[in-house]
Amino acid sequence: MPRHQSILRHCDLTGAIDKVLAGYSYGRKSVGGLSMIQRFAAAFVLALIAALPSRAEDKLLNVYNWSDYIAPDTVKNFEAASGIKVNYDVYDANETLEAKLMAGHAGYDVVVPTAMPYLAREAAAGVFLPIDKARLKNYANLDPQILAAAANADPGNKFGVPYMWGTTGIGYNVAKVKAVLGDAAPVGSLKLLFDPANAKKLAACGIEVLDSAQELFPAALLYAGRNPLGRTDADIAKATEILTAIRPYIRKFHSSEYINDLANGDICVAFGYSGDVVQAKNRAAEAKNKVEIAYSIPTEGAMIWIDMMAIPKDAPHPGNALAWIDNILDPRVAASISNTVAYANPNEKATSLVAEAIRNDPGIYPPQEVRKRLFFDKPVTPEFERARTRAWTRIKTGS
Amino acid sequence: MNARRFGVVALPYAWLLLFFLVPFLIVLKISLAHEAVSIPPYTPLFDHGRLVVTGANYLFLLSDALYWRAYLGAIRYAAIATAVTLLLGYPLAYGIARAPARWRGVLLMLVILPFWTSFLIRVYAWIGLLKENGIVNHALLSLGLIDAPLRLINNDFSVILGLVYAYLPFMVLPLYAQLEKLDPALSDAAADLGARPARAFWQVTLPLSLPGIVAGVLLVFIPAVGEFVIPDLLGGPNTLMIGKILWDEFFTNRDWPVAASLAIAMLLLLALPMGLMRRFLRGVA
Repeated sequence: MPRHQSILRHCDLTGAIDKVLAGYSYGRKSVGGLSMIQRFAAAFVLALIAALPSRAEDKLLNVYNWSDYIAPDTVKNFEAASGIKVNYDVYDANETLEAKLMAGHAGYDVVVPTAMPYLAREAAAGVFLPIDKARLKNYANLDPQILAAAANADPGNKFGVPYMWGTTGIGYNVAKVKAVLGDAAPVGSLKLLFDPANAKKLAACGIEVLDSAQELFPAALLYAGRNPLGRTDADIAKATEILTAIRPYIRKFHSSEYINDLANGDICVAFGYSGDVVQAKNRAAEAKNKVEIAYSIPTEGAMIWIDMMAIPKDAPHPGNALAWIDNILDPRVAASISNTVAYANPNEKATSLVAEAIRNDPGIYPPQEVRKRLFFDKPVTPEFERARTRAWTRIKTGS
Repeated sequence: MNARRFGVVALPYAWLLLFFLVPFLIVLKISLAHEAVSIPPYTPLFDHGRLVVTGANYLFLLSDALYWRAYLGAIRYAAIATAVTLLLGYPLAYGIARAPARWRGVLLMLVILPFWTSFLIRVYAWIGLLKENGIVNHALLSLGLIDAPLRLINNDFSVILGLVYAYLPFMVLPLYAQLEKLDPALSDAAADLGARPARAFWQVTLPLSLPGIVAGVLLVFIPAVGEFVIPDLLGGPNTLMIGKILWDEFFTNRDWPVAASLAIAMLLLLALPMGLMRRFLRGVA
C-alpha cells in the first residue's frame, strides 16, 4: 500500500529523477550505512558476481522494502549476526515493485508486496519461490489469524511471510470535525464520509480519499449494507452511485498526500491506511501545531492489508533471503520495527515487547471484538479489475 | 575521407536507431500482444514459430469514450499551457536577445537555473506555495487582501501554472536562439521605411522568428501532453489527462498491451498534426 511520503513514489515513475533523488535521499542516510558511490560500486561488483557461474551463495543479500518501514538497527544487527552484507533499497508503491518483478531479473532477494491483490497476482504469474518453512525456526511465532487472512491471497501461505499489517479506515482532525458536525459527529462510522449530508458539510475543511478502487469500492458497498467483496456489475453500479454522490465534496484522490495534509491541518477527513494516519498524528504532535489527528476503524467493518515478505524466483541469494526472513520473525526484531514504524506486526510473541503506546492503540492493535469486523480482500478477475478501474476513473473525473 | 564522413552520419543514426526506433518497436510489439499471466505479462510475438499478433487492444481503445476524452483533456491542458508559455516566453526571449551582450549570459543562466534543482522538488515547492495553509494564502490573509483562503491548488489553474512553470525554459531557449540571430538593423530599416514599432514587429521580427516559435511550441506541447507528475501532484479530481490513464492501464490494470497501444496511439495522434503543423509553419516562414 502506498502509505508514505509520496516524493519517492513519483520518482519511481519518472525515470531520470528517480536516479537523482534515490541517490540523494537514500544514499545519505542509507540504512546499510553506505555512501552513494559505495552503493554504486556494490551494485557493480554485484552485477559482476552475478555474471559469473556461482558455486556457493555469496555473503550478500539484496532487500527491496517499502520506504520508512524498518528499525534503524535492523540491517546492522542482521549483518553483525550473520556476516551477510545487506544492500537495502526502498520503493514507495506496490506498482513500482510489481513492474520490476513482472519485467523479470530485478536482482532482489527479498521483496515486500501487499498480499492483495499484488502478491496474489504476482504469485499467479510465477514470480516467487515457495518459502521453505522448515528453514524458518521462528515461523511458529506468527499469528494464525493473520496467516489465515493472508491465505486468501496466498493459499497455504506458500509464497509469502507476513511482515506488518493494518487496516483501511478513517483519519480525522478531531477539533475540526467537531466544529463542523458537533459532538454527535459519527467519527467511528463510514457515515462520516459516505453520507452526502456529512460530506457536504466537511467539504469546506477538506476530504481526501485513497486513489484506489480496491479500497474504496468495498467501503462504499459496506456503507450500502452489501457484501463488501461483491463482484457483480450491480455492485460496481451501487458503489459508483455512492461514490458519485460524495465526489463533489472530495478535494483529492491520492494515496499518500493525506499524511501531510492531515498533519498540517489542511484537511478534516481522510480515508486511508491506519499506519499513515498514525504517522500524521505523530507528525502533528511533533510539530506542536495544535492539530489532533485520530484514526478509527469503522463500526461497519474495515479491510485488512498485509505486507508480505517474498523471494523472487530469480533471486541470486535465496538462502540468505530465508535467513533475513527468519531474523525478521525474531520477536525482538519484529517489536523494534513496530516501535519505529507504528504498524502492528503479525508476530504473537512480539506483542508484549512492543511499546505500550503502540500495542494499546486500538487503531494499530485492534482488540478481539474489533478484529471480528475486519475482512480480507479476495482475488478478482482481470475483467473485473478493469471494469472497476474504469468505473473509478469515471467517478473521479465526474463523468 | 569517406569512412570519416560515414562515421559522422552513422553516429546520430545509430543513436536514433538504438534509443528511439528500438524502444518504439518493442512498445509496438507489446501493443500487438495479448495480456497474459506470466513474466513478462503479455504473450510472445512468436509462439512455436507462429506469429501471434492482435489488433484487439486498439479496437478496445475505440470502444470507450474515456480514452478520447483523456486525449482531448491532455491536448486542451497542453495547448493552453503552450499558448501561455509562448506569451510569457516571447517577450522574455526578446528582452534577453536585445539586452547588452555582457548581461545575456547572466539572464540566460537565470532561465536555466531552476534545472539545478530536481523537477519533482520544484513541483512540491508549488504545493507549499499554493495550498490552503500555504505561503501565498498566508501572505494574502495577513495583508488583509482576502478574508478566506483561496482555492489555488488541485484545480485547472494549478495544473496550467505547473505546466507553464516547468516548460517555460523550453520555450525561451529556442526563441532566444532565433531572436539573437536577427540583425537589429532590420528593425531600423523597417523604421526608416516608415513602419511603426508594432508594424515592424508584426511584419519583420515575428515572421523571422517563426522557426524559433515552432521549435518552442513543439518542445513544450509534446511533453506537456504526456505529462503525469504535474497533473498528479497539482491537479484535482477533475484533471483528466492521458498520462494518468496510461499509468492506470500499466500499473493498476497491469495490462501492458493496452498501455502500449495507448502509447502508440498517442504517438500517432500527436505526430500527425505536429508534422502537418511543422510543414505549414515552414511554408509560412
